[in-house]
Amino acid sequence: MSTQNKNNLLLDVRNMSVDYYAANGAVHAVRDVNLSLKRGEIVGLAGESGSGKSTLAYAIARLLRPPAAITAGQVLYYPSIQEGERRTAFTAALEQANSKITDPVNSPTQSSGVDILKLTPPQLRAFRWNELSIVFQSAMNALNPVMDIGTQIIDVLRAHQPERSVQSCKERARELLKLVGIAPDRLRSYPHELSGGMRQRVIIAIALALKPELIIMDEPTTALDVVVQREILDLISSLCKETGTALIFITHDLSLLLELVDRVAVMYAGKLVEVADRNNFYAHARHPYSYGLMNSFPTLHGPRRKMVGIAGSPPDLRNIPAGCPFHDRCPMAFEACHQVIPALRTPFADAPEQIAACHLYDPKITRTTQMPGPADLGRGYEIQAERSVAR
Amino acid sequence: MNPFAEKKSVKAVEDASLALYPGRATALVGESGSGKTTVARMLARIYDPTTGVIRFRGQEVKYKGARVASSLRAYRRHIQMVFQDPFSSLNPVHNVRYHLSRPLRVHGHARSEKEVTEQVLALLRRVSLSPAEQFIEKFPHQLSGGQRQRVAIARALAARPEVVLADEPVSMLDVSIRLDILNLLTRLKDEEQLAFLFITHDIASARYFAEDTLVMYAGQMVEGGPSDDVIQSPRHPYTQLLLSVAPDPDRVQQVINHGNTSVPTRGEIPSLIKPPSGCRFHPRCPHAMPICSQEKPARTEITPGHWTHCFLYDQPGEKPAKQAKIIDAKSVQRAK
Ligand SMILES: Nc1ncnc2c1ncn2[C@@H]1O[C@H](COP(=O)(O)OP(=O)(O)OP(=O)(O)O)[C@@H](O)[C@H]1O
Ligand SMILES: Nc1ncnc2c1ncn2[C@@H]1O[C@H](COP(=O)(O)OP(=O)(O)O)[C@@H](O)[C@H]1O
Ligand code: SF4
Ligand code: SF4
Ligand SMILES: [Mg+2]
Ligand SMILES: [Mg+2]
Repeated sequence: MSTQNKNNLLLDVRNMSVDYYAANGAVHAVRDVNLSLKRGEIVGLAGESGSGKSTLAYAIARLLRPPAAITAGQVLYYPSIQEGERRTAFTAALEQANSKITDPVNSPTQSSGVDILKLTPPQLRAFRWNELSIVFQSAMNALNPVMDIGTQIIDVLRAHQPERSVQSCKERARELLKLVGIAPDRLRSYPHELSGGMRQRVIIAIALALKPELIIMDEPTTALDVVVQREILDLISSLCKETGTALIFITHDLSLLLELVDRVAVMYAGKLVEVADRNNFYAHARHPYSYGLMNSFPTLHGPRRKMVGIAGSPPDLRNIPAGCPFHDRCPMAFEACHQVIPALRTPFADAPEQIAACHLYDPKITRTTQMPGPADLGRGYEIQAERSVAR
Repeated sequence: MNPFAEKKSVKAVEDASLALYPGRATALVGESGSGKTTVARMLARIYDPTTGVIRFRGQEVKYKGARVASSLRAYRRHIQMVFQDPFSSLNPVHNVRYHLSRPLRVHGHARSEKEVTEQVLALLRRVSLSPAEQFIEKFPHQLSGGQRQRVAIARALAARPEVVLADEPVSMLDVSIRLDILNLLTRLKDEEQLAFLFITHDIASARYFAEDTLVMYAGQMVEGGPSDDVIQSPRHPYTQLLLSVAPDPDRVQQVINHGNTSVPTRGEIPSLIKPPSGCRFHPRCPHAMPICSQEKPARTEITPGHWTHCFLYDQPGEKPAKQAKIIDAKSVQRAK
């Protein structure tokens, strides 16, 4: 980790692997993923359904249940500890533990961070909502139907800040509703009295209630209407900027991701295949899979032309093909791709932060210094389309 | 119309007119609750319109009076629907053969077991499920979402329809699979000259697949015409709103240059129990004028074939020449 990044770093996922144990073999849903996040940064996690996005998110939040198991990795979290500031519930929980068992691994003063995977149950309770909150796929239906929304917000506040008075909780609940654009007099409303978009706003209000450092949102807008989706995206974007909250935003739809995020991470068959700054990714997605995703949705502008998408479907994660996991769908695949697993590398002089796992960019393997450009990838896909396979 | 006189009924769709042509697709776009599904269901005659006329190949389709049943049966054979959810539209206990052989038998297209098998295989090949011999024995849970949607399309084709009404056929699918299905539908439209109604809230896929686009708001058609005209130069303020909220990766360039400049959207689609007077969009319209809440805007032709209902445009234009209509629905309405 460079020293310049040190103060800014919020989360550092290292070598994370997750398996689901099924009767007919282990599903390797997340495989050796490394991903870091700065304070206040918005990272988009994209990939087709089944690529392991949700599993990774749940692993970070320690929400996985059997048959899922984290088989390797660390989730290092760097709580903010500024001089003179009131200790957060989480740092307090960490210190309490440290006074009893001196465990150097989980001391917040260590620049190595706190490993979320090693937190004790009380530490974990203090971590969730206070430091990290998560908005699930189809969260709209997660509200309790027989409780008004005010009570539900206040419950979360009271559970984590028992010292807080009822009056102050109510105040905060009103404040939160206002923040997400709902009139505070809606506190008494029941979920069925609200539209889908309003319910999603309430969920976001609850996620923000304790001012966490990080929010994970898993496809938070897929069930919503276009107009409402836009409103929610704009809301998320402005709230995160305002409050300096970092966000991991998960979706299969790159078309709505790009406007929102600072950085894009693309997952395929349990692995990260490309990570790039949003602008670089938009200008030039390097990995053939990212390129394919970027060209698989129709656009509003330019001439109407036939588009081809990515042939085939993701591999069975019990039985991942040798070499590059994308090779059987990749229009650019060559011999090495069938044998050697490509590692994430940074070979791009014009974009040092952009990394991609693809042999095309490895001069040692291609034996040339020539790297393919977007036009080459586009041509590859067109040629491949002529012998496409139905999905 | 006096809104107070019909307090209990929801005018889900009011005065909607649309035409479908062989080998062409018409997209119907609008936000949730604008009445898109209701229009499709009226065309499929799952619902009867309360008033209005539907013609099929020039012949009026009766829904009142004598010989309704036979008129309806004849009509329904030619019209098939494809639904949004490929997970619930197939019965999990039956295999692909069963799903496709039923409509073949019901419509009398295949009698012997051998004929059925041959035609089922042919249908599977038409929707690019190959090897067809393998897919014929599969059950829904053994298929991906995209493959299920192909089976649903094959089932619609089994009745040998001339018109397919597709209600959000791709919105539940992964983005990367949507394009495959759109390309399949395009092939059926172009090569087999099927007429399509394509319901979607994704304007970009409307432009990709459909020659014509109709925009619906609160049960009324507010703008329509050639897709490129409607989408590249939208006239109705509601169409402009829809376009401004559409996910658009090309806006990234703008965001990179100028920061996020998106305009806040205002308000929600009104309740149709008591819709706003005059132009139904006036409570949300940034250009609303006094007349907008008093009178209904008439249809204005902007360029040949491109029309809108909005007081901002009231100069008459030229009338375009029309191709023979396969479906012609005039002023159909449905109250609930
Ligand atoms: N069975 C019903 N009973 C009462 N009202 C209904 C019924 N079905 C639809 N509506 C109302 O009719 C209007 C139009 O609904 P419709 O389902 O046609 O909209 P849509 O444009 O297809 O929306 P979506 O994009 O959500 O599918 C809505 O206001 C809806 O609430
Ligand atoms: N409870 C489970 N049991 C077994 N396999 C699972 C379970 N949940 C997810 N998987 C598998 O893990 C892989 C990744 O799933 P997921 O993380 O949900 O992907 P995404 O969120 O990208 O769609 C898929 O192959 C999926 O089938
Ligand atoms: S390593 Fe080979 S198969 Fe994998 S993405 Fe690159 S070119 Fe394609
Ligand atoms: S008629 Fe008036 S209210 Fe309706 S869209 Fe046009 S300007 Fe807006
Ligand atoms: Mg998921
Ligand atoms: Mg609908």
